[in-house]
Amino acid sequence: MSAGARVLDSSRVDTHQGGILYVEGVSVAFDGFKALDDLNLYLDEGELRCIIGPNGAGKTTLMDVITGKTRPDTGTIFFGSNVDLTTLEEHEIVNAGIGRKFQTPTVFEQHSVLENLEVAAKANKRVWSSLFGTTSAVVRDKILEVAETVGLAQTLDRQAGNLSHGQKQWLEIGMLLAQDPMLLLVDEPVAGMSQHEVERTGELLSGLAGSHTVVVVEHDMEFIRSIARKVTVLHQGRVIAEGEMDDVQQNPDVVEVYLGE
Amino acid sequence: MKLPGFMAIVITMAFAGVEVRAEEAPDFNEALQGLGSKSRTTILKSIDQLSELNDPRSLSALEALLGKRLRSDDHDGLFIVDESGEIFVDALTGEEVRVDPDSLKTPRINNRVRRSLKPLIARLRLRNPDVSIRLAAAEELENRPSADAADSIRLALEEESDQTVRNVLEVALARIELKSDDPQLRLGAVEVLGEHGDRNQEAELVALLDQNEDGQFAESDPAVREAAQSAIQRIQRTAFLNDMAGHFFYGLSLASVLLLAALGLAITFGLMGVINMAHGEMLMLGAYTTYVVIGLFEQHLLAWLDWYLLIAVPTAFLVCAAVGMLLERGVIRFLYGRPLETLLATWGISLVLIQTVRLTFGAQNVEVANPSWLSGGYEILSGVVLPWSRIAIVMFSITTVAVVWWLLQRTRLGLYVRAVTQNREMAAGLGIATSRIDMLTFGLGSGIAGLGGVALSQVGNVGPELGRSYIVDSFMVVVLGGVGNIMGTVVAALGLGVLNKFLEPVSGAVLGKIFVLGFLILFIQRRPQGIFALKGRAAEA
Amino acid sequence: MPELHTGRHPMHSARAWWLLACFVAIAAVMVPVFNLVPDEDSIWKLPDFLIPLFGKFICYAIVALAIDLIWGYAGILSLGHGVFFALGGYAMGMYLMRSIGTEGVYGNELPDFMVFLDWKELPWFWYGFEYFAFAFSMALVVPGALAFGFGWLAFRSRITGVYFSIITQAMTFAFMLLFFRNDTGFGGNNGLTDFKRILGISLQEPGTRVGLYVVSVIALLGTYLACRYIVCSKLGRLVTAVRDAETKLRFTGYDPLQYKLFVWTFSAVLCGLAGALYVPQVGIINPSEMQPANSIEMAIWVAVGGRGTLVGAVAGAWLVNATKSWFTVAAPETWLYVLGGTFILVTLFAPRGLVGLLESVRLRGRADSTSPTGSEEVDP
Repeated sequence: MSAGARVLDSSRVDTHQGGILYVEGVSVAFDGFKALDDLNLYLDEGELRCIIGPNGAGKTTLMDVITGKTRPDTGTIFFGSNVDLTTLEEHEIVNAGIGRKFQTPTVFEQHSVLENLEVAAKANKRVWSSLFGTTSAVVRDKILEVAETVGLAQTLDRQAGNLSHGQKQWLEIGMLLAQDPMLLLVDEPVAGMSQHEVERTGELLSGLAGSHTVVVVEHDMEFIRSIARKVTVLHQGRVIAEGEMDDVQQNPDVVEVYLGE
Repeated sequence: MKLPGFMAIVITMAFAGVEVRAEEAPDFNEALQGLGSKSRTTILKSIDQLSELNDPRSLSALEALLGKRLRSDDHDGLFIVDESGEIFVDALTGEEVRVDPDSLKTPRINNRVRRSLKPLIARLRLRNPDVSIRLAAAEELENRPSADAADSIRLALEEESDQTVRNVLEVALARIELKSDDPQLRLGAVEVLGEHGDRNQEAELVALLDQNEDGQFAESDPAVREAAQSAIQRIQRTAFLNDMAGHFFYGLSLASVLLLAALGLAITFGLMGVINMAHGEMLMLGAYTTYVVIGLFEQHLLAWLDWYLLIAVPTAFLVCAAVGMLLERGVIRFLYGRPLETLLATWGISLVLIQTVRLTFGAQNVEVANPSWLSGGYEILSGVVLPWSRIAIVMFSITTVAVVWWLLQRTRLGLYVRAVTQNREMAAGLGIATSRIDMLTFGLGSGIAGLGGVALSQVGNVGPELGRSYIVDSFMVVVLGGVGNIMGTVVAALGLGVLNKFLEPVSGAVLGKIFVLGFLILFIQRRPQGIFALKGRAAEA
Repeated sequence: MPELHTGRHPMHSARAWWLLACFVAIAAVMVPVFNLVPDEDSIWKLPDFLIPLFGKFICYAIVALAIDLIWGYAGILSLGHGVFFALGGYAMGMYLMRSIGTEGVYGNELPDFMVFLDWKELPWFWYGFEYFAFAFSMALVVPGALAFGFGWLAFRSRITGVYFSIITQAMTFAFMLLFFRNDTGFGGNNGLTDFKRILGISLQEPGTRVGLYVVSVIALLGTYLACRYIVCSKLGRLVTAVRDAETKLRFTGYDPLQYKLFVWTFSAVLCGLAGALYVPQVGIINPSEMQPANSIEMAIWVAVGGRGTLVGAVAGAWLVNATKSWFTVAAPETWLYVLGGTFILVTLFAPRGLVGLLESVRLRGRADSTSPTGSEEVDP
């Protein structure tokens, strides 16, 4: 498709202004219910941002509009200063350099861990190269490196469906890494993980920041505190506070929302 | 028509006869006797004379001649024999007589004789007290206008009280007067035709406007031509409206059939998400149940045969519901959550059902007769007859939808069904026996299909493959209406039925159906959720 | 740890290549030899009537592979593949009709049914079908184009699962109605038949029949290898990923539309090929091939053999059709019970078909072994 050819890779994204994502005036309504209400969000390149908020605050919908799953009723979303995400399809957004990890881990259960990572790995993702192409040694090395990072190097031939819940979470993070996106959207990464794994995840995400931009949506405030630099609080589809974790916690609006819940 | 009125006509006629006789009219008896002649020329001459005399006494002899029940002997005797061929009546006196059948001859008639007989008989029958006979007679005169009949028609019109007969008579008279020399009469005739005429008379009016090579109009009077012009337009408009009304009604009736076929599916597929490819066979079983019920009535309750539907409807519901529940327990419940496999398994079930019916009742269509109170029809406009059976189906489907709606919205069962289909775990947690509800819901859907089958048996052929022709349509209706939406199903059935019938005259039945299918495929691709799409997060799941 | 493959997986083990070669040797060499060489009454003689029957089965096997590709691997159940098969058949049938020349009943240049309908000239869509190459390419292009258009509309609207199945059934039904009409221009009810020759050779010759049969075997071999090539490529794994988690695949940067459309169209083209080979061997093509029932029956071949395995699809097609051939002669009344029962029993008790059954028997024998390749697995 022509749109796919237009933005096949992330080298086309212009981040010279320092910003990587501009969400401006976005509203989404479902049958009268305003999931997002004139929402603004700006992300700088290389930052690690945590998004928190009570249930129904619009966190997942925000992810959905960025990744093209839901189209905003109004508002604009730009990736860098030049890529209008509202005109792209989901897979084009991914190829432009935005990776997403869903709330519930989904992996290709019938495929092996290796195949899952290979499918995710950065490559020409169109039909003909999938049919006739081979996977280069560089990509293969990258896949093995990612497998090492997420601790699945010893289980490459396991069927993904047979992994434990935590391993699936790691595999999904691994798939996200194999994509090598500029912007990672991570929805509840530590749900169902052991304390040890939570720590490792925190280290991993913190390590990624700088070279990547990372957005984490999480309920686990402990985890947020351990990794957070800048926090955005959503409530009823709007940003009600933004800043350092300690400042945000003092914010009277935030206190009211969380205590009122 | 009241009897005194009829008597009045007879008296008037007798008087008219007297008047004619004064002008040395032919003798009635002589003319009548001529009918028994061996020579066809004589017979024709007698018919002409009788036509002139216009005497109602000649009717029975004329009818007998047409029906080959007239006999003559060698002594100018004329007799009418009844249907049984045993009782003879003197045509002149009307008294029963004893004669030797072997000595009698039957006068031979040909088409020419018949052609002049029929209008005369019709004219005379216009005085019959029975409305339907008068109507038939009037129609006969309308189809074969002859100048002789004009006076009788005028007389009949003076007395006629039935509006339908009057209309036909007026058209008949107008057709005669159209040929008259008096422009005033022609003008009146054109106006009458414009008001009551149909497509048949349109051609006649068009002919008035024909020009010959010299530019002369067939109709010389410009006023008449102008009236003809507007009469043609009126006829065309009326005909168009009639056509539309007809299409609409037949669309409505097709919609009812579709609705009855699809309503059960709207429950099993729409609410439960079960792809039941054997749904068409539930219709078929319903139709065969009707057939069996008729058979039982014929054997044991012949006197009540007309009321077999009262038994067939509940029986078909119960039979199909039972089969449906059996299938649900035996096969379908093991396949919940695997829609494609359900599709294949239920297809297998449909094959088994079809073959079983074929081996039991034979591969040929069986005959399911309408009860007598459903035969015939009601004429809403001239030329648009609504068969009672189709009117009944429309009513039946309205009732069924109302009952289903009531069941689902207003009863405890309906509440449970909706609870289970919306959130199975939650419903189970609240103590609803979900698997029992599954069974009952499936039974309900199948039973409704059985009702559809009874309805189908009243308007179409009943054969083992009956269901096959409805399965694609039914699924289309449900998908078009929006899955899980009973109102949507109703609207979709209506839309499809009417669309189909309006397309048919334009494109032919088969091509119309293909267009509708093509339209549906495109429509579903534009709006996968159907007409009444759910919006928001629920729809995205 | 076993060897880890990325990119293209090897198509076959050495042993499997051997088995394949043996099969081709038997089907393409032994069968013709046993038919042509021995005398008429020799016990070694393979009867003539079996050759077109085998040829038919070979064509069905191609159809089964096509359906397996789209259903077993991509998870899309088509109830409309009969249309693609029939369209391929009609394209070839049109060539065969044109080759009759003036030897028809009416001795006219036009096909008999057109003379019967009092048509004076060939409709435009019959132009070019007197050339074999054109007709044969149409047998592939027309089903392919139809599938592409239909699939594009449907997949773009994200119609999936049973909805897709139902509208493919509506498509078949519409096409059947269309082809039943005399005015459509394909012989109406009776379809196209009374063929005389192909490429100038009489169709009645035993040699022609054997030739067509051998061509079909080669086509089956080619189809099998092409399908195997596809399922062993990364594309094959992506297609099963579409089946298992389409949304996830989309958020991994792939456009499922393109993948589905590719497999769907390719599958339709294969059906067209099968139809084109089928018609000269059975000598007739008519609209009843487009009956919805036929398309569903095709799906059951694959289900019986084991969807998601190419060998299973072929085996299923042969088993079901051999059974059908036997029953429709020996006990015609019971055939529909057998077929219907197969639909029910396979879906209830053997969702992975014969291959699945054999595999589980083997697994029971060797409790410690794992299934041979991941891509051959099917979600139960």
